[in-house]
Amino acid sequence: MNSVTSSVTSSVMRIGIGLPLFLVAVASYFLFPGQLGLIAHLFILAIFALSYDLLQGHAGVVSLGHAVFFGIGAYTTAILGRHGVSDPLVVLVLAFLVSGAVAGLLTRIVVVGNDLTRLLVTLGIGFLFFEAANKANWLTGGADGMPDFEVGRLFGLYAFDFMGKTAFWYTLAVLAVVYLFLLLVTSSPFGVALRGIRENVRRMHAIGAPVNRHLAVTYIMSGAIAGIAGALLAQTSRFASLDMLGFERSAEVMMMATLGGTGSIPGVVLGAATFGYLKDMLSVISPKYWHLGIGIVLMLSVFVLRSGIAGALAGLARRMERRA
Amino acid sequence: MAGIVSVIVDGIAYGMLLFLFSIGLSVTLGLMRFINLAHGAFAMFGGYVAVTLMNGYGVPFLLLLPVAFLATGLFGAVAEKLVIRHVYPMPELQQVLFSIGLAFAAGAVANIIFGPQQQPMLLPGWLAQRISVLGIDITGYRIFLIGAGLVAAAALIALFSYTLYGARVRAAVDSRRTAEGMGINVSLLFSLTFGLGAAFAGLGGALAVGFLGLDPTFPLKYLVIVLMVVAIGGPGSIAGSFIAAIFIGVIDALFKYFVPEIGGFVIYAVLVVMMVFFPKGLAGGRTA
Repeated sequence: MNSVTSSVTSSVMRIGIGLPLFLVAVASYFLFPGQLGLIAHLFILAIFALSYDLLQGHAGVVSLGHAVFFGIGAYTTAILGRHGVSDPLVVLVLAFLVSGAVAGLLTRIVVVGNDLTRLLVTLGIGFLFFEAANKANWLTGGADGMPDFEVGRLFGLYAFDFMGKTAFWYTLAVLAVVYLFLLLVTSSPFGVALRGIRENVRRMHAIGAPVNRHLAVTYIMSGAIAGIAGALLAQTSRFASLDMLGFERSAEVMMMATLGGTGSIPGVVLGAATFGYLKDMLSVISPKYWHLGIGIVLMLSVFVLRSGIAGALAGLARRMERRA
Repeated sequence: MAGIVSVIVDGIAYGMLLFLFSIGLSVTLGLMRFINLAHGAFAMFGGYVAVTLMNGYGVPFLLLLPVAFLATGLFGAVAEKLVIRHVYPMPELQQVLFSIGLAFAAGAVANIIFGPQQQPMLLPGWLAQRISVLGIDITGYRIFLIGAGLVAAAALIALFSYTLYGARVRAAVDSRRTAEGMGINVSLLFSLTFGLGAAFAGLGGALAVGFLGLDPTFPLKYLVIVLMVVAIGGPGSIAGSFIAAIFIGVIDALFKYFVPEIGGFVIYAVLVVMMVFFPKGLAGGRTA
């Protein structure tokens, strides 16, 4: 009981961090009017990273194939758009449902087994979907991707403009909703149970907690939210392609969560934003230097930055407190 | 009929390379519980050593192989001693992150030094010519690959089954604590074994250039299939890995040749199905 009340108070505190983050995000609209497309992309990455971190940071399930759901969300959007279903919010809900349903189908084979087999299964599923999307030319356009499909006006009023104004507010709003939803989930008794599974599965089994059902629900939620992120990227970029469900994207989402500090919701948002911005910067120079940079950062992060940006900030805050 | 046989021979040759790529990973996973997603980088290292020596210095092909073997082994042992051993005690997520980072960085370094293109390798005439066996034309190089794979497998099995070193490794795989308690220097054993695994991957990489090609995406391209070999063979089992490698090589070759529409797809389906039904691999349970 104690841990539940303390986690509720800590969730209030976390909203306290979320508010300035939100204000900074709003301010960036006025500060960088030429970069709105990039900023909207960072919001989308943040949603994707949050979806993954629900699985890894809170339930302790490591997945090497999370981009599958991102890609399914993106392709759902593109395919619906080609068939005349183009209202952004309707499509978003459908993408959420489709990727959640696929996660539901996969959950039996992902949740069983120990950590190593889980890594391999998720990796195998990732490549399976990639190859399937690659070969199903008639549905997905194969290696060429799907460039032209219809994206309607938001609320029937706001078209997605070249400057990214609509995309900015739209993705920010979805990010805020996902953020609050995850705060609620992780501070609920269910979230506490997940933490219990992460810390000590055996004990959770011993006290009679339905571990596999908890993990299945988490996997489905996580997949559905990743689908939302993929749908948002397809809507704002009007493109769906193979790289949206490739291994590299699955690895990237891990890196974002780690960079931010797994298990910390505001940390993961910051991690995703930092990662996306660095990638944009370094890729302009050259993709090979980007890979080298991210490789070195990852290797170092294991040694020096174990708890990510969130951990570093928390450490800083503690030091400040001690000084005061 | 002749078509099927030559595809199967292709698959076996491919399987031999997979065996060489994966044996180090299998042993390190069984011995040190270290999930090394960057193991393919050692194969790539061996490949680039071979290409550089051949095209830059005209070193003959047969001399390349031991050099690639030794150079990669040394590189692996040094990397283990300096950095990688500090990753063993970490939780698996950290291991995964570290080794993915290493794989990305290795690919990028290769890209910066050698460029993104495929590396050429001119095989000596006696390997490039076709040989007719029982009326079927087979490239000499495939036979050479199969021979090299068999020799390597036999040497490894002999090493692990009949030498003191092998007995120590097996003891450490079964129970590290007991092995240490009996005075086995497990940490030295780790370095040696890691180097040995890297050396075989390097040999595989050098052999692979003339068959699979070599470019900076190599570590990630063969990551899944190498992990499959280890998972299906059962971590720490040499014979298991050997059988799994041949099995996967042949299946992959057959499907890619006869059903190209779904060819690349089947192998991942096999992985998922195997993992669901045999989570501990075919050899089963030894490292549970």
